[in-house]
Amino acid sequence: MAALVLPPLRPQFRALAQTFVPEAAALDEGGWAEAEGTIERFLAARPASVRRQLALLIRLLDLLSLARHGRRLTSLDAARRRRFLESLQDAPVLLFRRGIWGVRTLAFMGYYGRDAAAAAIGYRADARGWEARR
Amino acid sequence: MIERTYDVVIVGSGAGGGTVAQELAPLVRNGVRILVLEQGPRLADDEFTGREQEMADALYEDGGGFLTADGTMTLAFGRAYGGSTVVYTGTSLVAPERVIRAWDIPGLSHADVARRSSKYAEQNHVHLLAPELINDNNRLFVEGGRRAGFVVEQFPLNLKGCRGSSLCNLGCPNAAKMGTHRVQLPFAQSHGVEVVTRAEALKIGDHSVSVVVRGKQAGEKGAEPEWEPGEYLVRAKVVVVAAGAVGSPSLLLRSGFGARLPALGAGFTCHPAHILVAEHGRPITNDVGHPKSYFIDRAADEGYVLETCMYFPFTTAKNLTGFGPAHSALMRAFPRLQMILVLACDKAVPENRVAVDRDGRPVVRYRFTRGTIAAMVRATRASAKIFFAAGALRVHAPSADPPLIERHDADRVDQLIDARHFLPGKISVSAAHLMGGCGMGRDAASSVTDGHGRVHGVPWLRVADASLFPDSLEINPYLTIMALADRVAAGIRSEARELLGAPVAAA
Repeated sequence: MAALVLPPLRPQFRALAQTFVPEAAALDEGGWAEAEGTIERFLAARPASVRRQLALLIRLLDLLSLARHGRRLTSLDAARRRRFLESLQDAPVLLFRRGIWGVRTLAFMGYYGRDAAAAAIGYRADARGWEARR
Repeated sequence: MIERTYDVVIVGSGAGGGTVAQELAPLVRNGVRILVLEQGPRLADDEFTGREQEMADALYEDGGGFLTADGTMTLAFGRAYGGSTVVYTGTSLVAPERVIRAWDIPGLSHADVARRSSKYAEQNHVHLLAPELINDNNRLFVEGGRRAGFVVEQFPLNLKGCRGSSLCNLGCPNAAKMGTHRVQLPFAQSHGVEVVTRAEALKIGDHSVSVVVRGKQAGEKGAEPEWEPGEYLVRAKVVVVAAGAVGSPSLLLRSGFGARLPALGAGFTCHPAHILVAEHGRPITNDVGHPKSYFIDRAADEGYVLETCMYFPFTTAKNLTGFGPAHSALMRAFPRLQMILVLACDKAVPENRVAVDRDGRPVVRYRFTRGTIAAMVRATRASAKIFFAAGALRVHAPSADPPLIERHDADRVDQLIDARHFLPGKISVSAAHLMGGCGMGRDAASSVTDGHGRVHGVPWLRVADASLFPDSLEINPYLTIMALADRVAAGIRSEARELLGAPVAAA
């Protein structure tokens, strides 16, 4: 069983996830557990190097925030955190753009992978197809 | 290590491997022993739930998120009994004549490809959906496309009993898609061909394949493997590699064939794609009905193809550029979203290739050429015009900054959508039409196989999948894969006496 990636970085990851998906701020502990569980299952099937890179990236973003704004990710207000991450998303260095894309994608996987989120946005696909709409 | 002996071993059970299995199956009655190895699991019908993450994990390599080496594109390819035919949308087109002519493969004519494609179109129940089964997402594409001056065509689809779940890319929950898991593999097995799932081919030796069979893990979907978990050496008189455009070249590379075949791994193309989204003012039927019913083919003139599409919440979220409130607002508009898939017809270039890392794992090196980016930008502009012509309020275009274009700017899409905003690593690019790596051609210096999939200089080794394509096909590939696999099987049958010591059976 692969070691879990998110528990030691939970505050930082949740701060990032709420920036990527503002609605995540309304998740209760059960919602977070479901979202993070989906992400951990995905990561468990990836090579250990991928899990290490993710942990390193989250720590790096936290330190960059401190260096640039004098505050860690968890202490930045939502607007400044969003601008900070947007600047990295547009960075000339591919590594930063890729990093933001990767963390953002994991946050989307956790959030929108939940049935409650799918229902909330009005997604209604059903195996019964047309029959389910009549 | 356990040893097993067969006459023919086929690595892979998708459009290529499944077809070869079916076409060689009549040889079984002459005593020929045939084995298909499939890396993925075999799912029972009731395991196709349509739930996004669990089906992606069960049916795709890396859950559909296999990244290229520089991390700027995800590749989606199936890993299950039936390979990628389990997870495609069933679009069934015959290869364009101009493409086959440009490939210039000795002995390969368009007439032959077309004839064999027709055979599989009939076998797989390919037809046009009735008008009453077309949803709004597709209708808007047709209306907008025609208003914007495009020729819109309907996709022939390989469906039988489609209920319109819209879940094709997660494996049809109604067993309506006629992939190799429904047609060719059951035929082959009913004639005595053996299939072993959860069986990964590690290496090809001299007339042999090293295989590891893995047991089902707790919580995984699918049946237990047909063989006990463990390591096997499978000896065979003929080995057919049909593991796809990533799997086949990487298997041959880690087996040491790269030294004698310098073109092995080269010529990788994939039709890089964007998912474009537009918001309408009213709800439309989009997540019900077949998702991919129409297309616009601008490949010959402008290097792109547009297709209707509809994806699931996470896939949609991932493919929108950016994040935050604007991204969330678009996601909340899901019932009003129209989607178009834009595909660039990329060209084989030397730097784009399949390789293996130190551990033998596949690595896909891919850079977007200027030509590919230009084609994606043209395709995005065309799509934006189609969306607005269909009445959309706003369009999300990855190659625009900001990506959201409002209706009042509809006449400025050519200025707003521009190659300078195509920023790899920021925007999402994905591909599911993976081609090349074991290209057909004239000789071992410039290609891997001849026009019948015979590996140059290795008569007992054949390739039978999309890795044979020497360049981009410029349309959806599965029918052409089947046509080429049919040729490979015909070649083996015609040489059965020399290769297998078996009399030729009627197919």
